[in-house]
Amino acid sequence: MHKNNRNGFDRFYDVNGWAFVSLALGLIVLFMLYPIASSLWLSLHSGKGLVVKFVGFGNIIRLFHDPVFHTALWNTFIFLIIQVPIMIFLALITATCLNSPDLKWRGFFRTAIFLPCVTSLVAYSILFKSMFAYDGIVNSFFHMVGIIDQPIPWLSDPFWSRVAIIAAITWRWTGYNMIFYLAAMQNIDKSIYEAAKLEGVTPRQCFFNITIPLLKPVILFTSVVSTIGTLQLFDEPMNITAGGPANSTLTLSMYIYNLSFKFVPNFGYAATVSYVIVIFAALLALVQFKFAKERS
Amino acid sequence: MTQSLQPPRLRLQQFLMYGFLLLSALLSLFPFLWMVISSTNTTADINQGKFTIGSALLENIHKFATLVDLPLVFWNTAKIALLATGLTLLIASLAGYGFEVFRSRLRERVYQLLLLTMMIPFAALMIPLFTMMAKAGLLNTHWAVILPAIASVYIIFYFRQCTKAFPRELLDAARVDGVSEWKIFLFVYFPVMRSTYAAAFIITFMANWNNFLWPLIVLQSTEMKTINLVLSSLASAYFPDFGVVMVGTILATLPTVIVFFAMQKQFVQGMLGSVK
Repeated sequence: MHKNNRNGFDRFYDVNGWAFVSLALGLIVLFMLYPIASSLWLSLHSGKGLVVKFVGFGNIIRLFHDPVFHTALWNTFIFLIIQVPIMIFLALITATCLNSPDLKWRGFFRTAIFLPCVTSLVAYSILFKSMFAYDGIVNSFFHMVGIIDQPIPWLSDPFWSRVAIIAAITWRWTGYNMIFYLAAMQNIDKSIYEAAKLEGVTPRQCFFNITIPLLKPVILFTSVVSTIGTLQLFDEPMNITAGGPANSTLTLSMYIYNLSFKFVPNFGYAATVSYVIVIFAALLALVQFKFAKERS
Repeated sequence: MTQSLQPPRLRLQQFLMYGFLLLSALLSLFPFLWMVISSTNTTADINQGKFTIGSALLENIHKFATLVDLPLVFWNTAKIALLATGLTLLIASLAGYGFEVFRSRLRERVYQLLLLTMMIPFAALMIPLFTMMAKAGLLNTHWAVILPAIASVYIIFYFRQCTKAFPRELLDAARVDGVSEWKIFLFVYFPVMRSTYAAAFIITFMANWNNFLWPLIVLQSTEMKTINLVLSSLASAYFPDFGVVMVGTILATLPTVIVFFAMQKQFVQGMLGSVK
């Protein structure tokens, strides 16, 4: 009798459990798991539009001989390796400043620095495009303060267009990361800093020897998120430079887009390029997972 | 001795700190100011870096209105963002509640798998999704934008994390009273978790309002386009009319800025939900 009741409750419990999660599971299978599997299958094919044939690892071989892919991969890495550390460092410093006791206008500073995060990627990209115009406001300002004699060709020079995009991304995402650090800093026991102060530890030492080690998990989390975001960079290069000049700001995502929707579509090869991003993202996720496990 | 040395050094630190914060705040706000000021200038002035209020605002608005069917574009954008957000919240909260309240070993495994899918880059999904939408005859419809957006693992995760704080006594009391599980969800859980819903609403709404790549792929005809697509195509002209584009960027930015200021606390809460 008692056993029957128990079974009855278990079944009731289980049926309800699956019922509540079923809609979400269905959608994720349909719109994430199926596509990611299908994309792997596609990557073994090649052809124009819907006429495709099985090529096995042919697409992977093509990757090695495709100069545009190499450029896109290189550009994506440049953005990643330069932009992510700069942004995280800036975010850590702003968070440290905003976390200092008896700071005046804290609310104003925090809101101002965070505000870029609410703009749409397209809107802010366009703003940056207009600010970095050849005779635009940025060049006028630099000229006015005497940093430059000649206008910098921000959007028409391979080097400077990358700088412009890095500046833009840093503007948009620094405040976002800062909020994570600020929240984590507020969880640090204040007495640690007080003790350090009594010991005569300078603020700089505090930052490098106390704050950064304690924030390590959050820094890792935001680095992984930012890196995965940058691996997929699309909106900014698309709207600021359209990948130019001469593909110098073409990213992997843009190349995938071009291969599938701009040129004569080759979905199979585009899927292969997209798996390059998948593999990097998976590696990063693994790092994050390993680290989280070590901690617990 | 050291005591008397401290104050000037402290003052220098304070000076550097305020200087740095002020500079950061200025740099953060400058593009907003640039956007507002430029909307009053002609494109020629904007390209010359003019940073004073001009007299071309009405002309820019007028040109924008003749180029773009603004009510329609706004309606498209709002419809997609609101429908996608509403459905995401409904489905993700059901799932977050289900995973947390009805725990079982198998569902825990499934949940772990779900978390892994968070790392899947969208670039790897878009081609199969595009073919799927083409086969389903949904290309160039708003549903093609909305449907893939609803499957948000992040929001499921967020709801599950927040459900951990949901008082179990309420659940038990309702069960003893014989209230069905669905009614408990609707009439007990939902009202108690309103602030969680508010936070999830904001981040989901912003993400959908700001979405660009996927709509760019599936929405082809002008009358279906969202504000971001319209802006992007206006600005990608060989000689973009920036004065007109500025009016558009203001209109695209305003809703999210308003939502942000109205619900700043919930916004930050929702963002941080993942690291708590």
